[in-house]
Amino acid sequence: MNTRGLQQLATQTRFDFVLLWRNPLASFFTVVLPLIFLFVLTALFGNDLVTPVGPKLASRFVPGIIALSVVQAAFVNLAIVTVFRRETSILKRVRGTPIRPWVFMGGLVATAYAVIALMAVLMALIGWAVYDVDLLWKTVPSLIVTLVIGGAVFCALGLAFTNLVPNETTGPPFLNLVVLPLYFVSDVYVPATDDTPQAITLIGDIFPIRHLAVALQGSFDPLSDKSIWPVTNWLVMAAWGVAGVLIVTRWFRWTPRS
Amino acid sequence: MRSSAIEVTGLRKAYGAHEAVAGVDLHVEEGEILAFLGPNGAGKTTTVEILEGFRTRTAGEVSVLGQDPASAGLDWRERIGIVLQESQPEEYLTVAETVIMWAAYFPAPRPVAEVLELVGLADHRDQRVGRLSGGQRRRLDLALALVGNPELLFLDEPTTGFDPTARREAWAMIDGLRDLGVTVLLTTHYMDEAQNLADRISVIAAGQIIAKGTAADLAEAASLQTRISWNAQEVPLDELPDQLRAAATVFDLAGQPGDSSTSAAEGPARLAIFTNEVTDTVAALLQVAGRLGHKVESLEVQTPTLEDTYLALIGEADRAGGLNR
Repeated sequence: MNTRGLQQLATQTRFDFVLLWRNPLASFFTVVLPLIFLFVLTALFGNDLVTPVGPKLASRFVPGIIALSVVQAAFVNLAIVTVFRRETSILKRVRGTPIRPWVFMGGLVATAYAVIALMAVLMALIGWAVYDVDLLWKTVPSLIVTLVIGGAVFCALGLAFTNLVPNETTGPPFLNLVVLPLYFVSDVYVPATDDTPQAITLIGDIFPIRHLAVALQGSFDPLSDKSIWPVTNWLVMAAWGVAGVLIVTRWFRWTPRS
Repeated sequence: MRSSAIEVTGLRKAYGAHEAVAGVDLHVEEGEILAFLGPNGAGKTTTVEILEGFRTRTAGEVSVLGQDPASAGLDWRERIGIVLQESQPEEYLTVAETVIMWAAYFPAPRPVAEVLELVGLADHRDQRVGRLSGGQRRRLDLALALVGNPELLFLDEPTTGFDPTARREAWAMIDGLRDLGVTVLLTTHYMDEAQNLADRISVIAAGQIIAKGTAADLAEAASLQTRISWNAQEVPLDELPDQLRAAATVFDLAGQPGDSSTSAAEGPARLAIFTNEVTDTVAALLQVAGRLGHKVESLEVQTPTLEDTYLALIGEADRAGGLNR
C-alpha cells in the first residue's frame, strides 16, 4: 500500500471510530453490553473453582465474553453500519470518489480490530483484578492469533451478510436473530460441560463462533496445554472467512436495495 | 472554441424488453451549466447514472471528460463531483469532520475552510450533521461534491425541499461555480431553477431528447407565443381593428375562454391575444385606447415561462404517443 492509501486508511479509521463512539446504540451493543454480560454471568453462576485443582469459573466467562465482543464488533456492528451506509447512499457516493473500496472498508475493519483489542485487554484486566482470573503469558501469542483470525473472519462474514439484509431498519433485528441463538450453543455465555447435550455442541461446531470461543478459552486455561495452539478452531474459522470473502467479492452491493 | 465535457451519442439502456433510454444525444461544453429536465421515469436518472459510471449501457457512445465512464479509473473520479438525489451524511460527525474525512479521498482537495465558506456553512463547522436543517444538509452534500476540486459536477435535484430563500442562496452558490470554471449537469424539477441557472437545457421524455437549446430556443420549438391581455372594459372587442379582433380571445372572470357576448358589457372580462408580434400588437392596442380616451392600466405582456414551454413540449410528446410506449 502506498503512503496515500495509508493516510486515507488512518483518516477513515479515525472517523469510523469516532462514529462508533458517538453512536449510543452502537457503542452500547459493542462495548457496554459485553461488560454487563460478564458481571451478570459471574453474579448468576458465582466464581467457584471449575474443578478442585482448576481455575475459577470466571476464567471461562472472560474468554466467552471476549468472543462475544469480537462478534459484536466485527460482525454485528460492521454489518449494521454497512447496511445503513448502503441504504442511505453513502456507499454509492463513496464509490463516486477516487478512494479505493478496500481502503474505505478498511476503516471499519480497523475500527473493529481497535474495539477487539480494547475489549480483550479490558476483559482480561477486569477478570484478573475482580475475579481472580490467571493471565497466562505463554498463551498470549496464541490469543493474539485467535483474535486476528477471528476479527478478519467475522468482518468478512459481516460484509457477506449485508447481502441478506434488505434495509437499514431490519439490520439490527436480523443480525441479532442470527447471533443470539448461536451464542447459546457456542460456549459464549456458558461453556459446555460433560452434561451439555451432544446436539448442542454439534450445532455449535458447525458455526465459527464456538471455535472462536473455544480457542479463546484455551488461552485462559492454565491446565490445557493442548489448546494453546488451537489449529483446528483456526482452520474452521478461516474456512468461514474464505466463504465470506468469496461472497463479498461476488455479491457485495454499493447501491441501495430499497 | 471550448471543448466538450460530456459527449453522448445514441445512448441506450434496456431492462429486458423495456428501453429506459432510447437513443439519447447530449453535449455539454466545458464551463457550461446544462439543465437536464424530464418527467419521472423519463430516463433522466438512468442517463445521469451512466454518465457517473454507476450503471452500464446497452449501446451508444459516451465520453465524460474524455473518458468512457464504464471503464474509467480512479484518476477520472478525481475530476468529478456528485450530489445524489438522496443521500444522508453520517449524523454523528460535525460538519467540518465530514468534509475533512471526504477531503482525504482526493489527491488535491480544496481547503476545508474554503469549501465551507463557499457553501455557506462556515458558521456551522462544529455542529453535528444530525442537527442541521434539510437545507444545510444539502449544502453539506454540495460541499462534499466540491471538496475534491472537480472539473465536472453532477447535481441531481440539489434544492429539493428548500424554502424560497434557501433556494435563491443555493442558486447564487451554483451560479458562482461558473467563476471556478466548473461544468455542471443539473437535474431538476424546478423550471425556475433551470431558467435561472442553465446556459442550455435538454428535455428528455420516454427515453429520448425531445428538445434542446436555450430557454428561448425551447419556447420557439414549442411554438408558444407571448400573451398580451387587458380588461375588456378598457379596450372592448368591438373597438379593435378587424385583424386584432379576429386574433383576440375572450376570457371570463374565472379565466376560462368565453365568447364575445360575455365581453365589455358584462364587466371586467379579459381579452387576450397570443402573438409573436408583440410591439406591433401593443402599439395598435394603445392606438385604439388613445382614440377612445382610455388608459390600458390592466395591460399585461407575458412571455412564455420555461414551465409553460416544458409542459407544452411534454404534452406534445405525450399526444404523439411518445410517453405511452
